[in-house]
Amino acid sequence: MQKSIYLPLVAGFALCASGTSAQTPVLQVMTYDSFVSEWGPGPAIAAAFEQTCGCDLQFIGTGDGAALLARLQLEGPRTEADIVLGLDTNLIAAARETGLFAPHRVTADLDLPITWDDPEFLPFDWGYFAFVGNAGAEAPISLRALADSDIRIVIQDPRSSTPGLGLLMWVKTAYPDSAAELWADLADNIVTVTPGWSEAYGLFLEGEADAVLSYTTSPAYHLIAEEDDSKVAWAFDEGHYMQVEVAAKVAGTDQPELADQFLAFMVSDAFQSIIPETNWMYPAVVPEGGLPAGFETLITPATALLLSPEEAAAIRDVALDEWRNALSQ
Amino acid sequence: MAQRAVAIAPRWPGAAAAALVLVLTIGTLAAVGWRAAWQGGLTPADWAAVRFTVIQALVSAGLSVLLAIPVARALARRQFRGRAALITLMGAPFLLPVVVAVIGLLAVFGRAGMVNSALAWLGLPAISIFGFHGVVLAHVFFNVPLAIRLILQGWLSIPAERFRLAASLNAPVGRLLEWPMLRAVVPGVFLVIFLICLTSFAVALTLGGGPRATTVELAIYQALRFDFDLGRAALLACVQFGLCVVAAAIVWRMSLVDAMGAGLDRTVQRWDLRWPVLDYLMIGLVAVFLFTPLGMVVWRGVPGLALLPAEVWAAAGRSVIVAVASALLCTSMALALALRGGRMVAITGVLPLAASGLVVGTGAFLLVYPLINPARLALPVTVLVNAVLALPFALRAIGQAVAGVERDFARLGASLGLSRWGWVGIVVLPRIRRPLGFGAGLAAALSMGDLGVITLFAGEAQQTLPLAMYRLMGAYRMEAAAGAALVLLALSLAAFWICDQGGRGNADL
Repeated sequence: MQKSIYLPLVAGFALCASGTSAQTPVLQVMTYDSFVSEWGPGPAIAAAFEQTCGCDLQFIGTGDGAALLARLQLEGPRTEADIVLGLDTNLIAAARETGLFAPHRVTADLDLPITWDDPEFLPFDWGYFAFVGNAGAEAPISLRALADSDIRIVIQDPRSSTPGLGLLMWVKTAYPDSAAELWADLADNIVTVTPGWSEAYGLFLEGEADAVLSYTTSPAYHLIAEEDDSKVAWAFDEGHYMQVEVAAKVAGTDQPELADQFLAFMVSDAFQSIIPETNWMYPAVVPEGGLPAGFETLITPATALLLSPEEAAAIRDVALDEWRNALSQ
Repeated sequence: MAQRAVAIAPRWPGAAAAALVLVLTIGTLAAVGWRAAWQGGLTPADWAAVRFTVIQALVSAGLSVLLAIPVARALARRQFRGRAALITLMGAPFLLPVVVAVIGLLAVFGRAGMVNSALAWLGLPAISIFGFHGVVLAHVFFNVPLAIRLILQGWLSIPAERFRLAASLNAPVGRLLEWPMLRAVVPGVFLVIFLICLTSFAVALTLGGGPRATTVELAIYQALRFDFDLGRAALLACVQFGLCVVAAAIVWRMSLVDAMGAGLDRTVQRWDLRWPVLDYLMIGLVAVFLFTPLGMVVWRGVPGLALLPAEVWAAAGRSVIVAVASALLCTSMALALALRGGRMVAITGVLPLAASGLVVGTGAFLLVYPLINPARLALPVTVLVNAVLALPFALRAIGQAVAGVERDFARLGASLGLSRWGWVGIVVLPRIRRPLGFGAGLAAALSMGDLGVITLFAGEAQQTLPLAMYRLMGAYRMEAAAGAALVLLALSLAAFWICDQGGRGNADL
């Protein structure tokens, strides 16, 4: 019996004793899970960077953006990560508070609809939140119109998902004084609230809802990868809240030069041209060849909404209470 | 727990297993609490979550058990072609990853599902699966199979001699044999399912329809991920453990110990089999309820199979290794604990059910991190944590069998002067092959579908099948993800079936 307790452990240890040679320097980038996956930008970006850096680029993938920050907080100053990539503006304040990040010293001409001058956090892509529905179906023109309609939507929980938190901020920014009323009116439109983006998007594709909270760029996936033009994002009069995804250098890194080199690489064409068709977001700097064919069909909101990291952190708890109370009636 | 006449089995393996369970449940919780910056207690919203969690768990567990009793009875009384396959397949919902099962349920009960299509065709108004009833429906779907299996084992453990005696005396089988067995078995089954539903997270949230359906586990997730409030997470985890202890204490007060004497392992023959139609009706209804959503998972998965990239098959291989290792570890621990016996062991056997997977993962991370890069330990930790999380199920199955063997044969063994290991090898093991195989199958299948621990630890190279499936979904590739879900379903069932068959041997189930 001792054997059977002992053997699997040995087998397990043997399995994961990975052999990395200590000769080439290693740059560790901690990021969210879907970035690392075979279908995300990770593999292509690692290959492109390794061509020039003479290093080994390793990703540490962990959950979503929020999980990423939690992981970093768990590890604290002793973290082995050199770069953290994939936080969004709603998480920046908490990330800054950890004091784990160093200024980035990259100057780049960013193609964002807003000005960006954060000393530590550098954007690598961005997008607008939007409700994605089926082409040809009834499409509301505003959050208010959606709340007044009978359209059935599925959203993500702001307590466990970054898009969910984005919608919370969207409503609060568009209706600073009457967010609670808007949520109360939206309550009967909401089929359900899912823990993450994948579940919600899956429910929408299964036909459980007329629309799902996602991004204006989501239809581009269906158009480009599946040649399916049946999905559209709804343009709303109040403007669309943005998600800006950022990366930063860990202050305690043992590879400071490589980390700087990576951040500079991050806003270069080689990195940015990979983003649109793997992460399905807008690149922070439009590459020389422009955006892939198909992106021109996407809606471009007239008004971009975004709170500063500090404002977002300040109103989060109030907004969350309003949301919870309105939807718990 | 039966008081044993003589202590004859070796005791230290049980102590070691109990220690491991305590480290991974209470120890990880302590690690999280230790790192916490304590600030304030639980909010009213947290208490609302506790209330919702307990109510849905009570209703779900109650309904699961009520539904399972007549089905288990019917399965125990009737012999028919395909019965063994049916019993194996019935385990499937319990073994499925939540995301997969929810998709299957929606294909049947969702807005565009079969039920609503039929209702629309009949001109009746549509039903919605989202809300409290949806949560309960999903939990019953998940847990009825487990309840049926565990209660069925209770029925099969009644010795044939008693039915023979009852028949020759023309005595009522139900009151004399079946009712005492149910009194002994059902409270434990209820407890297990209550605790499973207590720590539910994705089911409750996805089908619950909004923040009304917030469970404690979701509050823990929020505290850990968004607020990084380790103190609140630890407090909430303590509440979960508290609920577990209260529930366990109540259940043990209600349980009865069987004390009627041993049998000689003959095949059960029944003389009280009236009303076959009712039995088959029950079996048929439950089979339709369980298999239609599964059929939909298969139906939707087939087109996706062709889209699966090579990486997914490598991940599947990794998952199989994790499952086998976890099954071995889990059954070894369960056997060790069962042989040791006693109330303390019974408590360590249910503790993992009340443990929050997130707290265990986070605590393990905190314990491991100072020593070694967590990514290197992704697979071993997944094996270890899953073995411990599956332990209560294996122990439920094995513990009762071992207690029975001890009750019936311990004096004989002692009088023959068997050595401690000889007692285990010659007397116990051959008699508990069936529950041992069942326990191993459960552990293998459950760790095959694990998506909790691995997400916290996995680096680039340790992707398992559920993680690959989730990554496919995250990359918009829902159809390929459905294919991966089908592979996962097939592998989980195969692992369960192989262990279960191996354990069953030529026993006449």
